[in-house]
Amino acid sequence: MGDSTTTAQPSQDFEKVLVDSSTEVASFDSHHKTPLQHLQHFLHSNPAAVPLIVLILSVIIFGVLLGGKFFSAFTMTLILQQMAIVGIVGAAQTLVILTAGIDLSVGAIMVLSSVVMGQFAFRYGVPPVLSVLCGLGVGALCGYINGTLVARMKLPPFIVTLGMWQIVLASNFLYSANETIRAQAIAADAPILQFFGQNFRIGNAVFTYGVVAMVLLVALLWYALNRTAWGRYVYAVGDDPEAAQLSGVNVKRMLISIYTLSGLICALAGWALIGRIGSVSPTAGQFANIESITAVVIGGISLFGGRGSIMGMLFGALIVGVFSLGLRLMGTDPQWTYLLIGLLIIIAVAIDQWIRKVAA
Amino acid sequence: MAQEPILTARGLVKRYGRVTALDRADFDLYPGEILAVIGDNGAGKSSMIKAISGAMTPDQGEIRLEGKRVHFRSPMEARKAGIETVYQNLALSPALSIADNMFLGREIRKPGIMGKWFRSLDRAAMEKQAREKLTELGLMTIQNINQAVETLSGGQRQGVAVARAAAFGSKVVIMDEPTAALGVKESRRVLELILDVRGRGLPIVLISHNMPHVFEVADRIHIHRLGRRLCIINPKDYTMSDAVAFMTGAKEPPREAIAA
Repeated sequence: MGDSTTTAQPSQDFEKVLVDSSTEVASFDSHHKTPLQHLQHFLHSNPAAVPLIVLILSVIIFGVLLGGKFFSAFTMTLILQQMAIVGIVGAAQTLVILTAGIDLSVGAIMVLSSVVMGQFAFRYGVPPVLSVLCGLGVGALCGYINGTLVARMKLPPFIVTLGMWQIVLASNFLYSANETIRAQAIAADAPILQFFGQNFRIGNAVFTYGVVAMVLLVALLWYALNRTAWGRYVYAVGDDPEAAQLSGVNVKRMLISIYTLSGLICALAGWALIGRIGSVSPTAGQFANIESITAVVIGGISLFGGRGSIMGMLFGALIVGVFSLGLRLMGTDPQWTYLLIGLLIIIAVAIDQWIRKVAA
Repeated sequence: MAQEPILTARGLVKRYGRVTALDRADFDLYPGEILAVIGDNGAGKSSMIKAISGAMTPDQGEIRLEGKRVHFRSPMEARKAGIETVYQNLALSPALSIADNMFLGREIRKPGIMGKWFRSLDRAAMEKQAREKLTELGLMTIQNINQAVETLSGGQRQGVAVARAAAFGSKVVIMDEPTAALGVKESRRVLELILDVRGRGLPIVLISHNMPHVFEVADRIHIHRLGRRLCIINPKDYTMSDAVAFMTGAKEPPREAIAA
C-alpha cells in the first residue's frame, strides 16, 4: 500500500505525525509464541486432536491394565459394535450442533422410525423394503418439522426439539400400542429390517454392517462438511448467521436442510437399531439423545456452533465406548463410568472455551 | 457532470409501520467517484443503502444500474449484478479461513467429475485467487491464507472484507462505516485501500460519521436528512461545519446544491 500512487493525505494535524510511525499494521503475527500458544493455535486448527489423543491414551491405559483381555481384535470391534448407534445418531447431532442448535429429539425420531418400519411391515403387510423407506421418510419429516420451526418461526432449537422429543415419543407409544415385534418374526418375514445386525469376520475381529454404515456415514459427512460449499455453509450458519446471510448463504434453507438430514440420519439409526437388538421395541434407545450430545461434546465440537470436526464426534463416541467396556472388564461399579464421562464432558467444554480465546 | 450516472435511485419510499424511513429519496453515483453519504442518526441513510445493496426492498421508487431498472430481493441478487457491500459488521465468518470467507457464497468447484458429481471445492484455485487479490491491495503480509479470520486484528479483518468486495465488485462497492471500529493507524490504511479501489476505476459509496475521513477521500458528499436527499456538496467548496449544519438542519443548503 505504501508505494501506491494514491496515498491518502492526512487531513488533520494530529495525524501528520503518523508519517514517522511504524507501518507494520497489517503484518501478521510474527511475534514469538510460547509453546502453550503454539498448542492453542494447533488445537484451534485441529479441533479433533484433543479427543484423538484422549482416545489413544485411554486405549493404551486400559490395554496396560487389562492386557490381552482388552487389547484384542474381538474386544476392539465389540466396542465399535456397541457405539455404532450412538455414532450414527451423533453424526445427526453434529450437524445440528454445528449450526449452534441442539436436537433433543434424535432418540425419539430414531425409535419412531424403527417402529414405523416394523409396524408397516407387520401390521399393514407393506413390503419390507418399502416400509424401510417409509420409516426413513417419517424420520426426515420429523426433522423437517424441527427445521421449519427453527428457521421460519425462529423458535429456539432447544425448545422446539424438547417439544418434538415428547410429541414423537408419545406418538411412538400410541402408534405402536407398546407392542414389541419379536426378533424371530422379523428374521422370518422381513429380514431386511435386521440387515445392519449381520456381521462378517476378519480373524477375531467382528464387524456388523451397522458399524460399516456408521463409518461410511461419518466419512461421507466429513467429505461434505470439508470439501463442498454446503459444508462451508453449515459452519458459516453456526458461526454467524447474519454474516452468512449477507455473504449470500440462504440461512433458512440451510437450517431446514440440516434438520431434515438429521432426521433422516436418525431414521437410519433406527434401522440399525433393529439390527442391533433384533426386535422392534418402542422402549429401546431411550438415552440416544443424551449419549449423542455427550459424544459430540467430548469430541470437541462447540455447543456455540461453527467449530469442531465430525471426526471428533466419532472419537468422542469411541472414548465413551472404551471407558464403558474397559471399566466393565475391570469389574468396577458402572457408576464409575458415568462419573468419568461426566468429568470428560466438563473438561472438554473447558478446553473449547480456552481454544476460542485464540484470537486474543 | 457530462457522464451518465452508473447507479441511480428515484423516489424511494420505505415505511416501517408509522415510521417513514425513506421519503422519496433520490441517489446518484457516477463512474469512478467516491460518493460519501452522511446524515444524522435516523436520517434514513442506512435504509437507502440497504435498498441499493438488496438487503431491503423499498415500498416505492425505482433503482437503475447503468440505466437498466433493477429489483433486488436479496444481497445475493445485488452481488450478481456487480454491487458489493462491505457491511459495518463485515459479514465475515470468524471460524472460517480468509480464503473460505472471500469465496463464501461463490465457491469455485473442481473441474470435471469431482466438481460436477461430487461437488468438490477447488481449494487450490480459491486460495490462489484470494492470495492474488490480497497482494494486489498490498495486504499480502498475511502469511497463511488458511488462517481463521478470528485470529486477525480489526484492521486486517476490514482488509479482508474490502478485498472481497474489490475482488468481486464489478460495478459498485458500498462501504458502511469502514473506519468506525478502527484505531487511527488502521483507519488510515483502510482509507488508502478505498482510494486504491477507486484507482482501479470502481466507484465507491462511503457511509461514514467521520467528517475528517469523509472530507479527505470523497469526491462528492450526499447529505441525507429526514428520509431524503437534502443536497450534494463538493467537499472543496464547503467546510465540515457547513456539512454538519446542513445535516442537522441548522443551516439551509444553497440552491445550486439542491438542484444537483
